[in-house]
Amino acid sequence: MTAMIEARGLSLAIHATPILRGVSFALREGETFGLVGESGSGKSMTALSLMRLLPEGAEASGEILLDGRDLMALGEAEMCDLRGREMAMISQEPMTALNPVQTIADQVAETLIVHGAARPREARRIALERLARVGLPPDAIPPDRYPHELSGGQRQRVAIAMAIALRPRLLIADEPTTALDVTTQAQILALLKGLVREEGMGLMLITHDLAVVAGMADRVAVMQEGWIVEEGDTESLFTRMRHPYTRALFEASAHQPERRATARAEPLLVAEDVVREYRMPGLRLFGPAPRFRAVDHVSFTIHKGESLGLVGESGCGKSTLTRALLGLDPIDGGRIRLGGEEITAGRHMPARLRRRMQVVFQDPYASFDPRWKVGRLVAEPFHLLETPPEDPGARVAEVLADVGLPADATDRYIHEFSGGQRQRIAIARALVLSPDLVILDEAVSALDVSIRAQILDLLADLQARLGLAWLFISHDLNVVRAITDRVLVMQAGRIVEEGQTERVLTAPEHPYTQTLIKAAPQIPAAWRKALHG
Amino acid sequence: MIRYLARRLLSLALSLIAASIVIFAVIEVIPGDPAAYMLGLNASPEAVEALRDQLGLNGTAFSRYLDWAGGLLQGDFGQSYTYRVPVAELIGERIQVSLPLAAYALALTVLIAFPVGLIAAARRGRPADWGIMAATQLGIAIPNFWFAMLLVLLFAVKLHWFSAGGFPGWEGGLAAGLKALTLPAIALALPQASILARVMRSSLIDTLHQDYIRTARAKGLTRRQALLRHALRNGLIPVLTIMGLQFSFLLAGAIIIENVFFLPGLGRLIFQAITQRDLIVVESVVMLLVFAVIVVNFVVDIAYGAADPRLRRRR
Amino acid sequence: MRARLPLQFLIGAAIFAAFALAALVSFLWVPHDVTALNIAAKLAPPSREYPLGTDHFGRDMLSMLMVGARTSIAVAILAVGIGMLAGVPLGLWAAARRGSLIDEIIMRGNDLVFAFPSLVIAILITAVFGPSATNAIIAIGIFNIPVFARVSRGAALSLWTRDFIMAARVAGKRAFRISLEHILPNIANVLIVQGTIQFSLGILAEAGLSYVGLGAQPPTPSWGRMLAEAQTMIYTAPRLAILPGLAIVLAVLGLNLMGDGLRDLLDPRLRRARQ
Repeated sequence: MTAMIEARGLSLAIHATPILRGVSFALREGETFGLVGESGSGKSMTALSLMRLLPEGAEASGEILLDGRDLMALGEAEMCDLRGREMAMISQEPMTALNPVQTIADQVAETLIVHGAARPREARRIALERLARVGLPPDAIPPDRYPHELSGGQRQRVAIAMAIALRPRLLIADEPTTALDVTTQAQILALLKGLVREEGMGLMLITHDLAVVAGMADRVAVMQEGWIVEEGDTESLFTRMRHPYTRALFEASAHQPERRATARAEPLLVAEDVVREYRMPGLRLFGPAPRFRAVDHVSFTIHKGESLGLVGESGCGKSTLTRALLGLDPIDGGRIRLGGEEITAGRHMPARLRRRMQVVFQDPYASFDPRWKVGRLVAEPFHLLETPPEDPGARVAEVLADVGLPADATDRYIHEFSGGQRQRIAIARALVLSPDLVILDEAVSALDVSIRAQILDLLADLQARLGLAWLFISHDLNVVRAITDRVLVMQAGRIVEEGQTERVLTAPEHPYTQTLIKAAPQIPAAWRKALHG
Repeated sequence: MIRYLARRLLSLALSLIAASIVIFAVIEVIPGDPAAYMLGLNASPEAVEALRDQLGLNGTAFSRYLDWAGGLLQGDFGQSYTYRVPVAELIGERIQVSLPLAAYALALTVLIAFPVGLIAAARRGRPADWGIMAATQLGIAIPNFWFAMLLVLLFAVKLHWFSAGGFPGWEGGLAAGLKALTLPAIALALPQASILARVMRSSLIDTLHQDYIRTARAKGLTRRQALLRHALRNGLIPVLTIMGLQFSFLLAGAIIIENVFFLPGLGRLIFQAITQRDLIVVESVVMLLVFAVIVVNFVVDIAYGAADPRLRRRR
Repeated sequence: MRARLPLQFLIGAAIFAAFALAALVSFLWVPHDVTALNIAAKLAPPSREYPLGTDHFGRDMLSMLMVGARTSIAVAILAVGIGMLAGVPLGLWAAARRGSLIDEIIMRGNDLVFAFPSLVIAILITAVFGPSATNAIIAIGIFNIPVFARVSRGAALSLWTRDFIMAARVAGKRAFRISLEHILPNIANVLIVQGTIQFSLGILAEAGLSYVGLGAQPPTPSWGRMLAEAQTMIYTAPRLAILPGLAIVLAVLGLNLMGDGLRDLLDPRLRRARQ
């Protein structure tokens, strides 16, 4: 079979910064091609180059051949004709990828109308058909809804319906499921797979997740810093892994830090029957507003030195629970005690209690005041001490050393550090008062796999040395498996399953846990074995 | 949508009540006896007493407020002391100049700003955009009453195309009336149009950076189609807010501009009333202006709800 | 990395600095006394003695414009000061108590004041206390309060959702301290930009108020009143109307260019795009 679309020596620079350095690959008709890489590897820019939708200031060279015709030589008008008809694209953020003021049916129909493929009435009929095809039948999801009335997964389905409205031969999906929950991800991936099979569409699947391509792609290419370092049939690539970077990526994605058991039987934090409700925006003008129970009679215990995982999808109440545990929001029922003392929200919570518990957040970019230097940022929790330490600088330098950063980091601003370094600084800030418990709220979710592996090692090491307890909140089962002793599974505000991590992840009892584990993409065990064997 | 409307209406009513209380209170603050203040130092005690009676000053502040507000609801603004006619009659006469002037200016503002802003956004970074940005930067800096004087200098004094001022009244025909309002409307509109065009441009450019524009382009829309079909409607939402604010600037501006062109509008009325210490007229005209601003912002809020489906549900 | 100062900022700053300098110099020295009338020299064309000519009372136009700059700048600065001092704390307070009754009250109060354009406030104040420069400052200042309250609340609200604020709360800091230590420094950019905008609007508003006689009173020279006096002589001496107007346009233009330049300089989004 010959290539449908082929890139030859594709290079790209944005404002003279090289992004792609001679990328070549080919996609056959009806084939699924996986493009894997960490952030900054150039995989998204490769997609935009194919569509010729590069940002301003970008200069591309090389050839992009669609059926032997060089797209780089085409004019803008000819490209507009090709986009949506021959090749289509869906992007990462379903929340912002749809026009907020247009109904979903209109947005799907527009693809047909701008290409002159159908008159408005006919276009709408086809649009409804396509929406039904992607799992949004008109009787379940009225086609005159606006995007904000749909969930993230539903929006991504609308984006797919728009992209396949004219049955293009190539669909480029750029991290189509990264922003979605794991169960939704499984559904969207299944949908894409079905479309490839039934419509004979070629799919270029761009992702950072090796496990996703393992289950989806016929062929895979691995990108690093603007190069394709390795390419091949999925199975042979996964079982051989010739390039060291591919191997490193693979090792990092399944990384198991060495852990030492530090958990003791003594309870540290005890939550009993915790309830937290929100008032919903009133549907009536008068009368009591309906209430939404975000945390519904939750009870659990964290022991001293223990690493406890909390798993659940977005909206399950994880963040609400975190805020209640930290004493930031009041609770509407039950109680939370830390070392026997009750946690209360706001100013009633004594500093002496607060300093026993600290937190690390998900986003390494939003976690720090950009106007403060690192020394001051790490020292901020000293506010909780009645008398500041005699030599605060020494303590800051000490914790910075603990997390593997040089002491001179204190004099620099946060923007001078990479994402992984920032997360180290966040951990240092959490440790500066030597707390008993640190809550890690999706603390490694925003990091690339190789950086994530390093941070997991650091966390394991810190726990072994300091004997503190982690509450590790995550949606990622692999990470939870790597770093926790016990795990809680949360769904719709309730803890549905609780137990030793290994037991819960290998022999889940609750149907929801079973769904979660089944939905998580995995690299086939046989391939792993072949690689290591 | 009905709930949204009901809430907006409630907030409209509350704003109007609050505004009337503020205005009433400010006039109340006047040191000494308002009647004596209005009549000046040489007034006889009898005249002052007569005026107090006429003004209904012999009651508690609360009952006087209720009287005044109740009158407003029925269109009764009270009696002008200097003109000795109902204030409503005075206002009714003058508003025939001020309201058409403000509306004329608003229409010009929109007619100029929308295409100009759209062109600048579509051609951003190119010569057309640079030219528009420079021209509007200048337009914002020009005080409207000075611009009005320049217009008089050029079109009335030098070219004799328009008269330098005055208003023939609508009895003289629509065309003559509009002609007399044209220079004032241009003077009012140009600075506001400069502001609006810049808001429009930056709002459109913001929306052009949104993900859904790229989605639209990936569907095969041309740059222009993406701008007109997707960016425009989203970009108009902040423009609406500014238009609402501009109406109050146009009204205030009209008061000043009327002085440049000797137009017998609310502006002339209020300044005469200030010099003649005719507080009832001042109070009434101010209330009317504030009423107009609040109502226009209410209309903008409703338009907001129509333009953005996200708002209909949420609030 | 140090961002390059944008050209428009430099041009704007230079123009405005010239006016500020003229205003400062006028305290110490002006070419001619602006209160002394010299009918013999009335309506003199520009000359060595009178670089910009004289007005209908024989006063030197250059001196009048210099002192007028003082009035304009003083009124506008004080009005911005009132707006910031009252508006920013209100905005920060509303943001710190977002969604609460106090937030609602502050924001509704804002909307209410917004319904009174500064000219209307000036009319009300003048009707009660009589016209003066002070009342012009108060009128423009009151109108500035909701502007700053709204801007600072909006900017603060987006900061309150950020994790670093949560970290400060976990460190036991109260809303007041967080507003002071984290929020205020981070919204300073926005406030400076808004400050220049309100400054230029203040100059325009002062000119308008003085023009209709609600601002600075004689004998204090002001650009707006110079225009009002020139209006009747627009046929015979258009120079009298053109010069003060140009002064206003240039001062406002300088400030606006400065503000736009600052915005480009301080807006991290734009800065990232430039890198």
